[in-house]
Amino acid sequence: MTPILTFIPKLSMSAPAVPVSDAIISPNLSWAGLILLLPLVSLVLCGLCAAMRVKSKLPAVITAASLAGAFVTSVFLYLNYEPPGEVIPLLDWMNLTWGEGRFESFTANFSLYIDSLSLLWIMFVTGLGTLITIYASEYMEPDLGKGYSRFFAGVSVFLFAMAALVLSDNLLMLYLGWEGVGFASYWLIGYYFERPAAVAAAKKAFIVNRIGDLGLALAIYLIWTTFGTVQYDELSTIFAAGSMNPEFEGWTTSAIPFLLMLAAFGKSAQLPLYVWLPDAMEGPTPVSALIHAATMVTAGIYLIARTYQFFLLEPVSLHVIAWVGGLTALLAATIGMAQHDIKRIMAYSTVSQLGYMFLGLGVLTTYGAAYHVFTHAFFKALLFLTCGAIMHGFAGQLDLRKISGLRHMKGWRITAWTMLIGCLALAGFPLTSGFFSKDAILAEAFVTQGPGFEILGWMAIFTAGLTAYYTFRVWFRVCAGPASFEPGDEQHDDHGGAFHPHAPRFAINMVLVLLAVGSLVAAVPYFMSNQADDRLVGGWVADMVHDSPARGGIPGFSETHAVHAIADSHEAAAHAGEAAHPTLFGMDPHAAMYWISGTVGIVGLLLAAWLHLWRRSAADAIKAWLYSQFWIAWLPRAMERKWYVDEFYHAVIRAPLWILGHIFYVFDRFIIDGVCVDGIARIPRGVARWLQPLQAGAVQSLAVVMAGGAAIILLLMALFMQFGWFGGQV
Amino acid sequence: MSLLASEAFSQASLAHAILLSGALLSIGIAGFLSRRNLIVMFLCTELMFQAVIVAMVAFGRWYWDFSGQVFVIFILTVAAAEAALALALVVLLYRRRSTLDAEVWTELRE
Repeated sequence: MTPILTFIPKLSMSAPAVPVSDAIISPNLSWAGLILLLPLVSLVLCGLCAAMRVKSKLPAVITAASLAGAFVTSVFLYLNYEPPGEVIPLLDWMNLTWGEGRFESFTANFSLYIDSLSLLWIMFVTGLGTLITIYASEYMEPDLGKGYSRFFAGVSVFLFAMAALVLSDNLLMLYLGWEGVGFASYWLIGYYFERPAAVAAAKKAFIVNRIGDLGLALAIYLIWTTFGTVQYDELSTIFAAGSMNPEFEGWTTSAIPFLLMLAAFGKSAQLPLYVWLPDAMEGPTPVSALIHAATMVTAGIYLIARTYQFFLLEPVSLHVIAWVGGLTALLAATIGMAQHDIKRIMAYSTVSQLGYMFLGLGVLTTYGAAYHVFTHAFFKALLFLTCGAIMHGFAGQLDLRKISGLRHMKGWRITAWTMLIGCLALAGFPLTSGFFSKDAILAEAFVTQGPGFEILGWMAIFTAGLTAYYTFRVWFRVCAGPASFEPGDEQHDDHGGAFHPHAPRFAINMVLVLLAVGSLVAAVPYFMSNQADDRLVGGWVADMVHDSPARGGIPGFSETHAVHAIADSHEAAAHAGEAAHPTLFGMDPHAAMYWISGTVGIVGLLLAAWLHLWRRSAADAIKAWLYSQFWIAWLPRAMERKWYVDEFYHAVIRAPLWILGHIFYVFDRFIIDGVCVDGIARIPRGVARWLQPLQAGAVQSLAVVMAGGAAIILLLMALFMQFGWFGGQV
Repeated sequence: MSLLASEAFSQASLAHAILLSGALLSIGIAGFLSRRNLIVMFLCTELMFQAVIVAMVAFGRWYWDFSGQVFVIFILTVAAAEAALALALVVLLYRRRSTLDAEVWTELRE
């Protein structure tokens, strides 16, 4: 069948009746709309604060209070939640009908779709949002009365958009939130708009994200033309109806997952669109922690988990996701190893961990991906906030070679030790939260059958070692060793003579401690029993994924449930099944992975300890030796220069576009403006200049002109009469 | 009409009258363009008036239509009034610049 035929005439095919949703419609839960409303209220109040030039911390208090309200609301929502999902209508937005048929209506209302997956996301988004706002109330102190209100207004916009993204009941509202978080990200990256680097980073983030947004827009369009709806509950019904749906054939079902993937890669900073995230660190650190580490960048994972059925229809798309995720994880980890700016290291670490999450999605462990999102949100937010505390206290100093022995300094102990907890979790040290969530992904790479998934698994394990190394490189350099520091170059007016680092006070310390506790406690859900279905493993987070379309990716789920029914003509089901039960070194992969990844993590940690704590001179010697050997020197150099990816994009994309833009500029300036517009305008002016002497003002010259004109008219009339130009007879 | 015209006023007489009118107009234009004295220029415009009047009387006779002569009476009346006005203007212009030379009045330009 030609693609075009499958594209349009759905009505002529044996289309099933209009799908009826089986989700519970719960208008009585409309108080859940507070989650969206409170950040909006806070935005308006922050705007008022800016207008009234409030010089106190009022905007921070307002924002923290409203976000805490949103968090409490989401917890209540969780407590009131009933599987398999609830639709909470809030407002009618788009409700169009132009016929009786299935493809003759379009509904996208402002309704909330509450299932366990959206609850998981909204709880950590609002919870972390509250904590980071409290942190920011102290961190942003130098801007009191200047950008303080603007900052918190941006945070409110972000939380509103993120809540819309996560809670929407249709893809169009998700798109609204998707663009909203992109805009909030642009707003907050460019917060220090006096700095050209911040403005450039904001533009880069926005423009790179546009590429992904295009994919999302096209995907939503194709989903509507193929399935006739963009609402999650109706889509679930269509997928649950079985494998013989005519919608499941044709090129659109193959294209949709790739377009969704493009969107996710843009927002979640994967190859080839990851370049904006490290630059986004130009924003204030709380923004980096909230938006560019914990919440917004996981929107891509959420999108794919939310639309996982489309991916199960097209197994190749999952293979691509797995490979892109694995390669991004490795590439970003190698770059992170060679950077000196601790915030930048954390940024590359975020890209790398997001790569793990995509690897998890690709190897059919949505549970692992969601769990890693959950744990990563805590420990990466914690790590960014400790970096921010250091940056704040040492006047912008972020170079790990210039600060040492933080844990010996007075007032910095909490920062140093909470950072250690974050580092342990990130490095996957045994029994930390990161250890369990990373293992869930790594082991599944060996369980699931796919092209080269075993290589991918070993690559991911190697990356885990690199992660442990670069994480502890930061900690041993900055927090351990002899105490010494050089301040950064930011001006602080409150110090008269010599520079004194000002240690974090109550708000920052409290948030750091809470997040450290969270990073530790995030391991607990792993040990909880499954409530939703006792055939499953994976604890509480698996429960949270269970009611969503991504349930096919929970270990132990596939035999009995819908994955086979959806896609039994495809190979995806074979991957989902655990029939093969592969082994690793004769052990169950999950059991083996505890030993392997634990060992790898500890090896990385010890290597970092040796090079950056016990023998710092050895590290320099090794580096010098590496640079002196021509056969290997390219490797550290490339890693330090970020594999020249920015340069490559500059040469391949930016420079040609720049040249093209200037060609257009020249064409516009000289052809359109110069010749067409100005040229035509110049004609009457030139003629007038030429005739100007006739109007010299002397009476006789005017009379000559008049007489000459009359004479010419008379002459012409005589000629016309002579030659009969007026029709022969006059 | 041509029968009547030929009886009343010969073609040769019409030609003479038109020639006289053309000569008067040309003299008027030439004088207006070449002389700089305001009064002489004014007289030249009067001369052009007379050229028109002569032409109208001649055509009126030729077509045996008295409206031409009626127009002439009107034009003479208006010309008399206009002469009073124009001479008054000349007097005013003279008072402004103490000269009758038209060259001093060049304000009327772009």
